[in-house]
Amino acid sequence: MTNDLEALAHSTEADLAAAADLRALDAVRVAALGKNGALTALLKGLGAVPAEARRERGAALNAVKQRIEAALDARRATLEAAALDAKLLAEKQDMSLPPRPIPQGSIHPINRTIEELTAIFGAMGFSAVEGPDIESDWYNFGALNIPDHHPARQDQDTFYLPGLGADGRPLVLRTQTSPLQVRTMLGQEPPIRIIAPGRTYRADHDATHSPMFHQVEGLVIDRGITLGHLKGCLTDFLRAFFGISNLPVRFRSSYFPFTEPSMEVDIGWNRKTGELGAGGDWLEILGSGMVHPRVLANCGIDAREWQGFAFGMGIERITMLKHGIADLRPFYEGDTRWLAHYASSPLTPASLHEGV
Amino acid sequence: MKFPLSWLHAHLDTTADTATICETLTRLGIEVEGVEDRAAPLASFVIARVIEATQHPNADRLRALRVDIGDGREYSVVCGAPNARTGMLGVAALPGAFIPGTGITLKTGEIRGVKSEAMMLSAREMGLGDDHSGIIDLPEDAPVGKPYAQYAKLDTIIEIKVTPNRGDALSVHGIARDLAAAGLGRLKDWPRPHITPAYPSPLNWTIEDPRACTWVVGRAVRNVKNGPSPAWLQDWLVAVGLRPINALVDVTNLFTYGLGRPLHVFDVAKVRGGTLSMRMAQAGETLAALNNKTYALTEEDGVIADEAGPEALGGIIGGEHSGCDETTTECFIEAALFDPVRIALSGRRHGVFTDARQRFERGLDQALPPLALDMATATIMELCGGEASEVSEAGAEPNWRRSATLRFERLMGLGGMEVAPDEAVNRLEALGFSSLMRDDLSVTVAVPSWRNDIAAPITLDMDPGLPASRAEAAREGCEATEAEADLVEEVLRLGGLDAVPAVSLPLPFAVPPPAVDAKQKRAIAARRVLAARGCQDNVTYGFLAHATVEQFGGGDPALRLENPIASDLDQMRPTPVASLALAAAANAARGFADVALSEVGGGYRSVTPEGQLAMACTLRAGSTPLNWAEPARPVDALDARADAQAVLEALGVPMAGVTVTLDAPAHYHPGRSGSFRQGPKTVLAYFGELHPRLRETLGLAGVAVACEVFLDAIPEPKRRKKTAPDLAAFQPVRRDLAFLVAAETPAENLLRAARGAERALITEVVLFDRYAGERVAEGKISLAIQITLQPREATLTDAAIEAVVAKVVAAITKATGATLRG
Repeated sequence: MTNDLEALAHSTEADLAAAADLRALDAVRVAALGKNGALTALLKGLGAVPAEARRERGAALNAVKQRIEAALDARRATLEAAALDAKLLAEKQDMSLPPRPIPQGSIHPINRTIEELTAIFGAMGFSAVEGPDIESDWYNFGALNIPDHHPARQDQDTFYLPGLGADGRPLVLRTQTSPLQVRTMLGQEPPIRIIAPGRTYRADHDATHSPMFHQVEGLVIDRGITLGHLKGCLTDFLRAFFGISNLPVRFRSSYFPFTEPSMEVDIGWNRKTGELGAGGDWLEILGSGMVHPRVLANCGIDAREWQGFAFGMGIERITMLKHGIADLRPFYEGDTRWLAHYASSPLTPASLHEGV
Repeated sequence: MKFPLSWLHAHLDTTADTATICETLTRLGIEVEGVEDRAAPLASFVIARVIEATQHPNADRLRALRVDIGDGREYSVVCGAPNARTGMLGVAALPGAFIPGTGITLKTGEIRGVKSEAMMLSAREMGLGDDHSGIIDLPEDAPVGKPYAQYAKLDTIIEIKVTPNRGDALSVHGIARDLAAAGLGRLKDWPRPHITPAYPSPLNWTIEDPRACTWVVGRAVRNVKNGPSPAWLQDWLVAVGLRPINALVDVTNLFTYGLGRPLHVFDVAKVRGGTLSMRMAQAGETLAALNNKTYALTEEDGVIADEAGPEALGGIIGGEHSGCDETTTECFIEAALFDPVRIALSGRRHGVFTDARQRFERGLDQALPPLALDMATATIMELCGGEASEVSEAGAEPNWRRSATLRFERLMGLGGMEVAPDEAVNRLEALGFSSLMRDDLSVTVAVPSWRNDIAAPITLDMDPGLPASRAEAAREGCEATEAEADLVEEVLRLGGLDAVPAVSLPLPFAVPPPAVDAKQKRAIAARRVLAARGCQDNVTYGFLAHATVEQFGGGDPALRLENPIASDLDQMRPTPVASLALAAAANAARGFADVALSEVGGGYRSVTPEGQLAMACTLRAGSTPLNWAEPARPVDALDARADAQAVLEALGVPMAGVTVTLDAPAHYHPGRSGSFRQGPKTVLAYFGELHPRLRETLGLAGVAVACEVFLDAIPEPKRRKKTAPDLAAFQPVRRDLAFLVAAETPAENLLRAARGAERALITEVVLFDRYAGERVAEGKISLAIQITLQPREATLTDAAIEAVVAKVVAAITKATGATLRG
């Protein structure tokens, strides 16, 4: 390469290195490659070069041109990157600003528990059923072998409504969800395997009793269902629900008009600390038994062919035990602070594969 | 029921300790509710002698005592008891002792200048009854210095809960029988005493009406001396929670609790005429009862009457007039059987709860009256002296004899547990059943007279709608299995149901089907949608104050409780919004006015099952959250609309077929509310701002909006397989258009017209600006929409696009009178 070209390339490269911004860069480009640029002038002068030297001179000029263009591109990229960096720096925002609020809602602990127990019993083949809160007393009492004079009626302080049901019997707010056992037995042939979670009402009001509360009842009618199955089913449920695989479960003989034999079910806990599963004390948690032949008969089922078990437990009670909630009353008061504390996310519904 | 261990030991020969007894009772189905060791709190109290009692020098009503507690020194005691006297024996507590009756720990004191170094105790201060008339006064032979609890043989009291079927277990004897059957000792016999009648009965029974009584026996004892009963009897009665009255009355209570056999004693001198009759009360008759209350009797009450009128409400409570007191010299003992149902209904009608009623309504030993009468006669003669008359009897022993058969295989087949046949029979016999017939497969036993709950007569209350053949089979099924189930329960109970091996339920399928039906899924989905929109899910009472309910359009008398627990919980609510509004007001009163509450729950419109609606509701009050990015604003009716719409969309309602009409119930602001309708009749939801007047009465200061979605009205979405999606190969074209319309024009009309202008091409119409102000004419608004055209066959030419835009403008103009803004 001739000296004049080398000098041009060298000086242009020096100018590029000195160009502090894109505008200065462009000035260098114009000075070298512009219409009146130094290299352009040399290119124009190629025609005046003698023919034998022209070829060599042309190649040299091209090489210089490519060298300058490459240097230009490289410097442009550097300057552009720097310019973008400076621009982004100028666009800085306060990243400590709190995010725009998206209010989070929640699912009430009672409804959460109903989801959980439905998932667990569902895995054992139960379907959930629902029914009216206002029932005739036949569904609530009569069909369940609780005649009017029965002492058990005094245990369940019943709310009455004026007027009579379609069957001519007095209307009550159901004191238990057992009417759904009756409706199911009347409405479908065995085998039956249902749970009935829902609202129930009794005239009782203090820290441990609410005039409205929730119960889940269960009913299994099939051939060859024994008290052993009752114990297995409820033990399986309680251990799954409380997440304690060795939760002590005790079955005690008791009495309900609608079952025989009847059993109260206790779980092991520590009376002082409230811890479940250990501590040597027993806590009554639900009632159960083999469905009474009279209940089967009242609902048109032949006890010689079909037998089964039923149970009922308080949803608030198992919810309070599971979550260590001390007072029953706030469940129904809609206190946003209490709800925020105890309610669960709608995005994590109860499911067995994720664990209840 | 409570009983002291000493009473149990009178019926049960056992060496079992308290813990074993309690465990066994629990296993047998007799729940132990409490165990009270009466000696423990009295451990430090000792028997003391009052060496001298003198008047306190500085107080008229106090005495200064010098007391010996057997430790060789004298204690100075100031005492206010009127009965404190020189030489008496009582019980003393020293400083540091906790006094159970007052809840105070004793300290040394000085009362008006006299030192008090100990305390002489009353029965009430020791927690042993109500007597506070003076300090306890012990017999002369009480050993000074000995712990009082030991001397008084204060034993442990067990409190049990007896289930309603076990009338026989409402007695110490019945409990002893169960414990003995479970292997905890031997049941003591109660031999029948031999009574030699000395004279004809002065009173005779007659049963005028068998509804009042079926069998009664009675006998008089004359020349009795009635007074306080002996200490052992008084102690027992106090232990079970009764107040000793006098020996004759206390004996009846002894039998009520001891044998579960209520008795009554009449004072013969006060009975008018020579006949006691069992009859139904007549309208207008009254009974002044032993509890100092007077009952207006009805024709449904069975009474025991003399010539002058009712003397007792049979099986429930005796009359004041003919009761025995200290002046009684001749008593007449009554032992009868009454109808449990009639007793239960009479007792409930009059609100009388007595030990007698509790036992009669659960059923008594059907064979016991003659034996109980003899035993009571002997006890009275032992305590009060006298001689017995002949027995008067009316009616007859009922036919209580029943048998029941147990097929041994049912112990496993129903009870889930193998029990060897011999063991099963042994258990039944230990409970008082006797084998009538036995083979390899089964045993038939006679039911004892006290077990009314076993093989009882069957009463059914069958659904009248059952087909006759099904009803008949069901009845036969019950008759064939019930008594056997009774026996299975008895056999298993004695061994403890805890011994039955648990077996997991067999699953008829490997993977269970869904547990909830479509309706339940709707409720679950609605609850989650609303929670995902920021609402806190609630559960509130189904009933509210009548006045509140009326403000939400409810108040039907058919839905008002006959026996509300409180006046503010007396009316079934028509909508959960009412409850949520109250909750919002309560939150506001706590300082939290901005709330978003939801509930999926009942709205009660009638008492029929169809009238009890499943509703998804929200109530938002106050403002949106305060933040730096955008200003907080009050919630408005469109927030409520958005909640309702989100639920409807989530539940698969085809929204293209849903219209919004500007009408909603009266609890909404008339100009800021609406309804979602499907067709002209079906209302899917209401939404809007709560009526300001209603808001004010509820105490909600700020704006509140609500929505109510009627879940039952939502049709089940058709479950079709989805068609392949239309993923066009060409880019959509978007055009913005602004229109001037009359201000009252519903935006919905404009949007609907745009959507319908060219259905094949227009896929979306978005309202992106709504302007009213100085740049448009008075009474007009500007609505700006963006339409999206989706070509499918080929890229749209400018001419084609212009043609669609022209169609849109024309349609909108036609529908709303709007003009395109230039």
